[in-house]
Amino acid sequence: MTSDESPAVVVDDLHVVRGSREVLPGISLSVPRGQVVGLLGPNGGGKTTLLRSIVGVQIIAGGTVTVLGEPAGSPSLRSRVGYVTQEASVYADLTVRANLNYFAALVGAPRADVDRVIEVVDLGAEADSRVDRLSGGQRSRVSLGAALVGSPELLVLDEPTVGLDPVLRRDLWALFRGLASEGTTLLVSSHVMDEATRCDRLLLLREGRLLADDSPDGLLARTGAPDAEQAFFALIETEGAA
Amino acid sequence: MNPRLTLATARRVLLQLRADHRTLVLMIAVPCVLLGLLAWIFNGTPVFDSVGAPFLGVFPFVVMFVITSVATLRERSSGTLERLLSTPLGKGDFLGGYALAFGLLAVVQALVATGFAIWVCGLDVAGPGSLLVVVAVVDAVLGTATGLFVSAFARTEFQAVQFMPAFVLPQFLLCGLLVPRNGLPRVLELVSDVLPLSYAVDAMRTLTSQVDAAGDVGRDVAIVAAFAVGAIALGSLTLRRRTP
Repeated sequence: MTSDESPAVVVDDLHVVRGSREVLPGISLSVPRGQVVGLLGPNGGGKTTLLRSIVGVQIIAGGTVTVLGEPAGSPSLRSRVGYVTQEASVYADLTVRANLNYFAALVGAPRADVDRVIEVVDLGAEADSRVDRLSGGQRSRVSLGAALVGSPELLVLDEPTVGLDPVLRRDLWALFRGLASEGTTLLVSSHVMDEATRCDRLLLLREGRLLADDSPDGLLARTGAPDAEQAFFALIETEGAA
Repeated sequence: MNPRLTLATARRVLLQLRADHRTLVLMIAVPCVLLGLLAWIFNGTPVFDSVGAPFLGVFPFVVMFVITSVATLRERSSGTLERLLSTPLGKGDFLGGYALAFGLLAVVQALVATGFAIWVCGLDVAGPGSLLVVVAVVDAVLGTATGLFVSAFARTEFQAVQFMPAFVLPQFLLCGLLVPRNGLPRVLELVSDVLPLSYAVDAMRTLTSQVDAAGDVGRDVAIVAAFAVGAIALGSLTLRRRTP
């Protein structure tokens, strides 16, 4: 076993090729335990590919990905890592509770955990509604809930706040903070830069390369920019000049 | 494979089916309507007694093939399959869960269709009626297994539905219902020897004409079951935890 001080995720010289394009041409980074780490950058920059590599569902061309001390995709990690894809990947023709019951059974979580998660994602009133009768925001919370059952040590969330109204986004980030304070590590991707301030640490990804790996304050101090979006532009410009 | 996960998957598939009343009604009622139609067409002739049982074997195969291939394709395209394969669920658990859930449904379908054929349509077979049900269930499981395998090669639901005529109709033409298999041109007879539906229909024909049919039927059922296991094994090769 590794100590809790070791990073939750270590990516070393990761190469991923999709089709004829090298989406990730050798990227290295680490995600500390118990923090909310934001993976930010424009669409098509390799965020989803990086997350898929960490979850272990992506065929990689080279490099290593170590998650919770083991190679990504190891059988023992399958109940310790929760993955939420961009699209809500739950069963539309089942109720919220039936969906969560099934995913709880898969990771060996007790039934009581389903009740806890339903409260956590605030779907108590919709627990017995079919998912296809819910709104888009509710559906994505079902998908999130399916990853929360069994309390995984690492949560990998691909654009969990996309298309949500501001109140829901605020609530979700509060939920992420709460999970982190209980020791869960969260890796959250987003293309909305103003969500950067809610993270403990930021990874800025553009065209498969890491522009920054810093705390939000550190990033602003380094670039002299007033907010994360400006900092991102500043980094692109310095890179172009170099 | 883990029995707990296989059962959880079968339970989930059955819950999904329970929510879809129209599909359930179609699965149970369509074979009965078709058998009734067949009996009516051949009213007053002995033909229904000779083709009724073979058709009883073909219907569950076709229905289960279509339903399973579409259901699995839906699982692939909705992203739930990728999610499932990132959990401790094994490929065998996934396929086994589907086979178990649809197999259970096939038992109900076979019981209803056989009962309808015997008691309503007056189907008269020499062998025991209980064996009719056994053969029908094995045929349905074969349909499920083949559907699971074939869905891996369909990108869209349109393609999945097209696999029905592509995979099922040739087997139907060669299975001995239209022309006895030993009366086919030699090449086609050899082809029919390696198609599973031929054995399903052989088993039903034996039941139609022989009182003491258990031995021959047992052999044919074993062959059909082996095809089903083979299709599930091949199907599991098409499920990948890691994708490009």
